[in-house]
Amino acid sequence: MNEWLDPLLLSRWQFGLTTVYHFLFVPLTIGLAFTVALFQTAWVRTDKAKYLELTHFFGKIFLINFAMGVVTGIVQEFQFGMNWSDYSRFVGDVFGAPLAFEGIIAFFLEATFIGLWIFGWDKLPRGLHLATIWLTTAGSIASAYFILAANAFMQNPIAFRINEERGRAELTSIGELLTNPIALASFPHTIFACFMVSSGLVISVAAWHLLRKQHEESMRPALKLGMWMMVVSGALTTFFGDSLSLAMTAAQPMKMAAAEAMYKTATGAEASFSIFTLGTPDGVSELFSIRIPYLLSFLSTHTLNGTVEGIDNLQAQYVSLYGPGDYTPTIWITYWAFRWMIGLGIAHILVAVVGLWLTRGGRSPQATWVWKIAIWSFPFSLLAMSVGWIFTEMGRQPWLVFGLLRTEDGVSPNVSGAEILISLIAFTLIYGALAVVEFKLILQAVRKGPAPLAEPDPVSGKVKPQVTVY
Amino acid sequence: MDLNILWFWIIGALFIGYFVLDGFDFGVGMSLPFLGKDDLDRRVIINTIGPVWDLNETWLIVAGAALFAAFPEWYATLFSGFYLALLVILLALILRGVSFEYRHQRPEATWKKRFDLMIVIGSAVPALLWGVAFSNIVRGVQLDADFNYIGSFFDLLNPYALLGGLTTLLLFFTHGVVFISLKTEGDIRQRAQRLAVKAGVATIVVAASFLVWTTLAFGSLATGAFAALAAVALIGAFLANLRGAEGWAFTLMAATIALAVLTLFASLFPDVMPASNDAANSLTIENASSTPYTLQVMSWTALFAMPVIFLYQGWTYWVLRKRVSRTTVSAHVESAGH
Repeated sequence: MNEWLDPLLLSRWQFGLTTVYHFLFVPLTIGLAFTVALFQTAWVRTDKAKYLELTHFFGKIFLINFAMGVVTGIVQEFQFGMNWSDYSRFVGDVFGAPLAFEGIIAFFLEATFIGLWIFGWDKLPRGLHLATIWLTTAGSIASAYFILAANAFMQNPIAFRINEERGRAELTSIGELLTNPIALASFPHTIFACFMVSSGLVISVAAWHLLRKQHEESMRPALKLGMWMMVVSGALTTFFGDSLSLAMTAAQPMKMAAAEAMYKTATGAEASFSIFTLGTPDGVSELFSIRIPYLLSFLSTHTLNGTVEGIDNLQAQYVSLYGPGDYTPTIWITYWAFRWMIGLGIAHILVAVVGLWLTRGGRSPQATWVWKIAIWSFPFSLLAMSVGWIFTEMGRQPWLVFGLLRTEDGVSPNVSGAEILISLIAFTLIYGALAVVEFKLILQAVRKGPAPLAEPDPVSGKVKPQVTVY
Repeated sequence: MDLNILWFWIIGALFIGYFVLDGFDFGVGMSLPFLGKDDLDRRVIINTIGPVWDLNETWLIVAGAALFAAFPEWYATLFSGFYLALLVILLALILRGVSFEYRHQRPEATWKKRFDLMIVIGSAVPALLWGVAFSNIVRGVQLDADFNYIGSFFDLLNPYALLGGLTTLLLFFTHGVVFISLKTEGDIRQRAQRLAVKAGVATIVVAASFLVWTTLAFGSLATGAFAALAAVALIGAFLANLRGAEGWAFTLMAATIALAVLTLFASLFPDVMPASNDAANSLTIENASSTPYTLQVMSWTALFAMPVIFLYQGWTYWVLRKRVSRTTVSAHVESAGH
């Protein structure tokens, strides 16, 4: 019984569950805000009805998704104090500031202007109304920066000193904190990955309609934009992913070793990247693998003959540094999450490149399986995003703040296992039920397709936007 | 000026912003069964806060984050200590938020009813529990030497805190009903005015007893003055409602809520989380706060950002100043399908 009521284990499950769940909605919010802003800009500049249709259509999906991002986000902020109060006491002086910036600078902007965007179609001049969706986008992107800067402190703690008397970390430079090399790399990596998720959605939805030969007027340009956006943001995600792995290897060599499940230190060709491995469940010995020589050396050091430290070596180093203990993350999670992230990311770029070729100059592939592959772009891009986040957070274990605070030392000492079990069950039930509703509503909106607009104005020939009400 | 003191009052101001703004959202949500005779009525009611509930709720996120950054110990003690109460608030806020967005996605009456119910519960529960939580902070809770809460969930349900909860519940309810009368037209506006008068009587009785109790048990001359001003504003709001002066009624209700929160914060100062078992374990603006450097960084940010925020949020309310009517909502509903 007591094993089941371990506050640490339950709090970790709850934080993992609520974070992964929250992070299903966030990438789509960030990516779709930008995508919808693009469609609306196209409409404002060209006055073409199809762009307005697309703005309303993807705007509706954006809004169904947005509410979930907001309400699950509050849970995230509260949980630091509720379940991780010792962590909050330890890092509050450092970690709180970027969180406060996120609220004051980013969330206010996003929340205010999204309301104006939804309800302002008939209340604001066209240009000003267009500005509201761009400000919403700006707010959502800024929020990503601040939260990633806060997270970067947990991965690579800098800009602090330890106050022994108060038993906490104290901020020494806000500039340094906000320019953490991990944050500078993970921010563009994450944002462009968000754009991959939203282009994945656009591709999926457009392919679904085009397969059925409906709404071709608007869905063809949508597909084109989606695929171009996927290729460009995919290339940029890869580029900054590479910068991130370099920064990560410097800050958290154990995470890189865990990503590769590499136990022995290796140099040059030996520092290979395995695409696929079959091995014993603990990953200690391998039975079969497909490997690319030098690649891990290149990812970690940007040279072909670099040395990448292995898990065994790092474990021994950490024991001498931090005392006895297990400093290795759960290897099968980091190993496979890293591969799925990269593999799915590359697959999406390929699908988009091939798709652009197949649809060039107004062509339309007849084979239905081509479209069916494209339809899977969205769920798998979301999955890639999710496993990427799981990798970065699980690769940090057993540390809450790398080298400073272990996860087990951050949990609230006064919250009982029973209380956490109650909250874990409550979140699981409510989140599960809402996921079903959310999924059905998005599917319903997607199936319905763009709503027909009112007849254009007989004098100017221009279409008028639709006004939203709750 | 000592930055700890400044940030104590900034946190107070952020919670005032939250309760004044999301307070009327709660009231609007709770009023659905009283004022929403048919679906169109309920849509009109929800549309009065449709564009702003999210930005109003953001005040809570900002207040929470500012609390974390400026007073980490206060944040940690409060959030871990009031674990189950905050869980219930979170669940209620989740249900309320998604319901606004989901309710109009399908035409079936049963679908809408389900989300109407969730809006009512999701509004009433936080309206009650915020009062319970803040009364308990003022009253003091049991803390150990590491500032960890050692009481139980049921310790929070004491008579004083429950009266505090009832006070916020009624204040927000009246505030929301007044907001509806200010933002709608025709029959529903008049029914809202009449309901505001009726609810006003109960609110005055309950809020006055809570303010008196607070002043006698935890207050001083200064907090007594704030409490008295809150009572005067509340009675003023009631009189304004009687005369149908909606703008005045709303302004005075906002002032009442602001002054009531001010009374609570003034009663706390310079503690932030007094320990009822041993004064040595109390969290104060000194031992709960961040370093002067962090507070300085935050102060500069707030100094530059807050005026801009006031400007664009004020402008938003101005853009949305038109009253919502059955005719405008039904016209839009027809053009959009459902």
